[in-house]
Amino acid sequence: MKVREVLGRGDYALISELIPAGAKVLDLGCGDGALLAWLKENKQVEARGIERKRELVQQAIGRGVTVYQGDLLEAAKDFPDHAFDYVILSQTLQETLEPLRALREMLRVGRHAIVAFPNFGHWRVRLAHLVTGRAPKTPLFPYDWFESPNIHFLTIIDFEELIARERWVLEKQMYLAGHQRLTALPNLLAEVAVYLVRRP
Amino acid sequence: MIVEPQFEKFDSLALDGGETLRDLTVAYESYGKLDADKRNAILILHAFSGDAHAAGIDHDGKPGWWANMIGPGKAFDTERYFVFCANVLGGCRGTTGPASTNPETGKPYGSSFPVITIGDMVRLQKMLVDRLGIRKLLAVTGGSMGGFQALQWAVDYPGMVEACIPVATTARHSAQQIAFNEVGRQAIVADPNFHGGDFYDKEPPARGLAVARMVGHITYMSDESMREKFGRRLRDKANFGFDFDIDFEVESYLRYRGSQFVGRFDANSYLYITKAMDYFDLTAGKTSLAAALEPAQSKFLVISFTSDWLYPSYQSQEIVNALRSRNHDVTYVELSSNYGHDAFLVDVGEQTEIVRSFLARCYREAVPA
Repeated sequence: MKVREVLGRGDYALISELIPAGAKVLDLGCGDGALLAWLKENKQVEARGIERKRELVQQAIGRGVTVYQGDLLEAAKDFPDHAFDYVILSQTLQETLEPLRALREMLRVGRHAIVAFPNFGHWRVRLAHLVTGRAPKTPLFPYDWFESPNIHFLTIIDFEELIARERWVLEKQMYLAGHQRLTALPNLLAEVAVYLVRRP
Repeated sequence: MIVEPQFEKFDSLALDGGETLRDLTVAYESYGKLDADKRNAILILHAFSGDAHAAGIDHDGKPGWWANMIGPGKAFDTERYFVFCANVLGGCRGTTGPASTNPETGKPYGSSFPVITIGDMVRLQKMLVDRLGIRKLLAVTGGSMGGFQALQWAVDYPGMVEACIPVATTARHSAQQIAFNEVGRQAIVADPNFHGGDFYDKEPPARGLAVARMVGHITYMSDESMREKFGRRLRDKANFGFDFDIDFEVESYLRYRGSQFVGRFDANSYLYITKAMDYFDLTAGKTSLAAALEPAQSKFLVISFTSDWLYPSYQSQEIVNALRSRNHDVTYVELSSNYGHDAFLVDVGEQTEIVRSFLARCYREAVPA
């Protein structure tokens, strides 16, 4: 069975392609542990997760994942330097209070960071904003502003500028629209971007 | 199922305090069947006032103290696992303690019983585990003082513990925890029937012991659970009595709990076991808790409860953070409950699911099919 069919979420499928067998993996905001459980089962990774929501932590334990209930940054603090090969932050960056601190922390505890986020530069978002004059609501950002967990609205260009500014090494980037991989005009067409970066 | 206590005898036990106890007995109960390869054993460690009767029904019809967690289809599933629980050293429910007969004098130890530690309790349990021919425990687990023992096991016998599940517990007793224990001890010592601890041929210090237990019960509940359970309701009266008899439900409850405790617990055991709890500090002689936990090889599942103010979540988080700083395999969850410290005994719905999944995973990883 294809990864995508098991995992459903396109970014999970891409992430699982980036991680080699037997790696040590930390998933920040691991949710119900689906990705880690899949990686454990299929890639024999040493998996750890951090999740804030109790119900999700319980589900992750149910999947046999080692998971810690707590705040991402608070929890990551206690891991030693370079404890992991890969640290994943999937669809959480835009909800994180201090994104730069989180990213730096990821590259402290891990050799590589994998970051997936929804692209606020997508044409639908731009169009919705332009046409309605309101905070954009699209299939990708379905929330009303007053209920949205998203507190940062970053685009692919924004993130790549940050990578350059911090002098991180961009190892790989992948763009997704639906289940389709994209190469052209990512900031306009991609719904989700996945980055693999490491320290300089 | 009616469960029978079982007993094992041991020649001697060298104690942390320097003395040696001789001719010891350990009382324990077991549930489920030990596999041929003895890889499915789970050691349950009881809290301060618990005993070996953790599950099933005893001859008096009394269910075990964790009967809601241990049994067929329960968190500690006795159809899959061999589950056993021993009364601790210093206890009064079958294992050698201050009320036991001193083999040298033929009389109860009383005040001559040596001060013991959590480490001593665990060393005696290890002798029982060896006697049963179990080389590696699938899990050690317990709440409160049972959690101290579980942690001590993981550190003292790292190769023997596949999984460690400390619940509502701490790696070292805090000033507040010591303080409550000391109030209980002083209530006992102040009872005129205490006689320096040598009261076994006389009336026991029942009043002091009951007061000690009343204090304990307050710490096991939460403000919210007390308000729900008792509020300011009066006991069998419509108006205040304007005297010092029982007015409030909560007074009645505490007095009842206190007097009930006297019938099943020994005042000296109260002193010795609370002292062992107060001495408990995994970090003693170590540079940090992380360093203290360094030898552990177990997978850990640490559970705390939101309303537990006796063993607050921050103490569990200290354990978890220390383990994570060495990248040990540790899962942590803080469960939501109004029941205070008692939650691990009474509010077991979510705890059951979590423990069940965690154990299944540990068994799968330890004993590949």
